[in-house]
Amino acid sequence: MSQHDIALTVNGRAYRGTVPARLTLVDFLRDHLRLTGTHTGCEHGVCGACSILFDGQPMRSCLIFAVQADGATITTVEGLAPDPAGLSVLQDCFWETHALQCGFCTPGMLIAAQALLNRNRAPSDEEIREAIGGNLCRCTGYKQIIDAIKLAASRLQGANAPLDQKGAGSHG
Amino acid sequence: MKAAEFDYARPETVDEACRLLDGAAGDGKIIAGGQTLVPLLVMRLTRPSLVIDINRIAALHGIAANDAGVTIKAATRQADVLADAGVQQRLPLLTKALRLVGHPQTRNRGTIGGSLANADPAAEICLVARTLDAEISAQSRQTTRRIAMRDFCAGAMTTALTPEECLTDVRFPSWRDAGRIGTGFTEMSVRQSDFALVAAACQLVLDKDGVCRRIALGIGGAEASPVRAEAAEQHLTGTRLEAGDIDKAMDELQAALSPLSDVHASADYRRRVAGALAARVIAEARDEAKAA
Repeated sequence: MSQHDIALTVNGRAYRGTVPARLTLVDFLRDHLRLTGTHTGCEHGVCGACSILFDGQPMRSCLIFAVQADGATITTVEGLAPDPAGLSVLQDCFWETHALQCGFCTPGMLIAAQALLNRNRAPSDEEIREAIGGNLCRCTGYKQIIDAIKLAASRLQGANAPLDQKGAGSHG
Repeated sequence: MKAAEFDYARPETVDEACRLLDGAAGDGKIIAGGQTLVPLLVMRLTRPSLVIDINRIAALHGIAANDAGVTIKAATRQADVLADAGVQQRLPLLTKALRLVGHPQTRNRGTIGGSLANADPAAEICLVARTLDAEISAQSRQTTRRIAMRDFCAGAMTTALTPEECLTDVRFPSWRDAGRIGTGFTEMSVRQSDFALVAAACQLVLDKDGVCRRIALGIGGAEASPVRAEAAEQHLTGTRLEAGDIDKAMDELQAALSPLSDVHASADYRRRVAGALAARVIAEARDEAKAA
């Protein structure tokens, strides 16, 4: 099996690694970089728990091999907050509206929702549902998650400043 | 679930990809978006010795829309096609269908060519390509050829491509008929973005008197490959597509269909849903053409 040298940027930091061809990106993030915020759920592209921003777009990191991410810029859930001790506006709204219970789907939900808010400051309910349609949650029934995203959208609009200056944008 | 071991190559030209495929002697697999291939690999339902990544072949990316039609290169992302103004203007049926393909996360990675080469019976992109008589371009080390969509899908997850061929683009011909064009697309699934139990696609032309001069009607998910409802098309051509015309054509469509039966839906259910969805997309396309 072929081994490959890769270089990529994750949450604003440059990493290098040597990976076997069959290693998925989510396993690379978790096991090699120890960024365990991204969750492995179904491992075949159904649940959305492993969602990351890949060159700014939400994708499933279980459906990409690490070798394919050579040269990519990636944001994981650890990269959403302005600093390691803080929460982004969106994360704060999830907390406030009880948009999580067990928390397993939360990293993927946050990534999907942040990707939506990065391109749409005032999403409709339908647009929110579409954006998180690829992410399964077995606890909340989704309602509080939608409430959280709406609350974050209203706060970010009210803030009247670019998302990245509010600490809610993607790194890179 | 972890994939079995394989070697990985990332060619920068189609010629190089074809040489690698040829060298793998039937044991090579092309990866583009990987939204279906990766699940198959990690479940070990397929175990190629070589995976050939075509994502960085510049010649396999891009959309060209002109009066002759729309050509989409194989590795173009579904999300990029959905957002493309030229496609929205010249190939609105595909734009409507792409909204129902997977989720934002899978459309950001999944490609047009990958969906075609995978040939899932329920795939919306295959249905639009079949409905509009698109043409597939394929290249191997020895040959380059074009394949009409009617000959391309050879059953569920099976195409006319040989193991040594790389799908390079799909061409949708434009309709130059005088008159107003309308399109309709819908599907029935358990939840939005799930695989369609049945999908229906329609493109038609109305003349200035509101008479249908040309219609293409396709059904996906019902049989192993998307089909054209030719008897219904013939019946509807020359009518004003009023409710009675559509009803009669739907009887013909349902009689001609030989649907799949599985745990998700019986053949009889799929037949009835196909009729109902076809009636809806015809009405949608008709009303859109009238308003044009």
